Amino acid sequence: MTSGFVRHRRSKRAIATFSVFEADLLRSLAAQLVELLHNESAVAATERDPLEALLDFSGPTTEPEDPVLRRLFPNAYRGDDEAAGEFRRYTEGALRDGKARAAASVIDVLEEAGLPPEPTDEDITIDVELDPETALVWMRSLTDLRLALGTRLEVEEGDEDYWYSLPDEDPRAQAHHIYEWLGFLQETLVAAVR
Amino acid sequence: MTTASPEKVDPGVQQDLTPDAIMLTDTPWVTVVWNDPVNLMSYVTFVFQKHFGYGKKKAEKLMMEVHEDGRSVVSSGTREEMERDVQAMHEYGLWATLSKAE
Repeated sequence: MTSGFVRHRRSKRAIATFSVFEADLLRSLAAQLVELLHNESAVAATERDPLEALLDFSGPTTEPEDPVLRRLFPNAYRGDDEAAGEFRRYTEGALRDGKARAAASVIDVLEEAGLPPEPTDEDITIDVELDPETALVWMRSLTDLRLALGTRLEVEEGDEDYWYSLPDEDPRAQAHHIYEWLGFLQETLVAAVR
Repeated sequence: MTTASPEKVDPGVQQDLTPDAIMLTDTPWVTVVWNDPVNLMSYVTFVFQKHFGYGKKKAEKLMMEVHEDGRSVVSSGTREEMERDVQAMHEYGLWATLSKAE
């Protein structure tokens, strides 16, 4: 199992070694995030006049329906729907693209480091080296992944005992274990970068 | 390039500007970061240092306010500046809103 990120003193890079299983897991989580960000269209899909659709360069003005997307793109104004909608119209598209690009970059780095499309050899390891800029991209994306998983699991502050009380074979316990693993990676990455 | 409309545009509010109205436009806005159960304390501190350029002490103090009080005012300025800060916080995955300073 990976011991997380450490700072390479000479190159100032954050480096980590993953088992092929871990790297594959990370890739699949990042791929799911990309899919989620693209799936629920940023603009409400209604039947529209094609010309009107072409001329509409604006983004959405209402909160996403999916709770994960609502957490990733929260209202910027409390108690002012009009201002919140206006802010969303101008920012949500760019925020979605940025988060999708970050997740795609995580996948790219893993594959460039030698993660095969369908890993068969369990013994290979994946060595990842992140320059400071890429480390920041990973930090953001690990955060998005944890927000997504934490929202799905309805994680609350100080609820560790509940999760540890679940039987190992409970899929929610397994998902929470992955959530904690992502937190561990994030913690080591922050320490390696600062 | 573009040119303005040849039609005469009445600026409207201009004549009505009173000292009060001018004061209003100067009302500062603030960015508030809210507590959430997911984000790591170390990461939130890192983001405050990185984005706002705060020293470690100040960043940690703000992070602890978020953690213990549920929210913290992390920056203040014009509405446009605060909208940029809130957008940046959302890029980092922090839960942030903006409002008029109290």
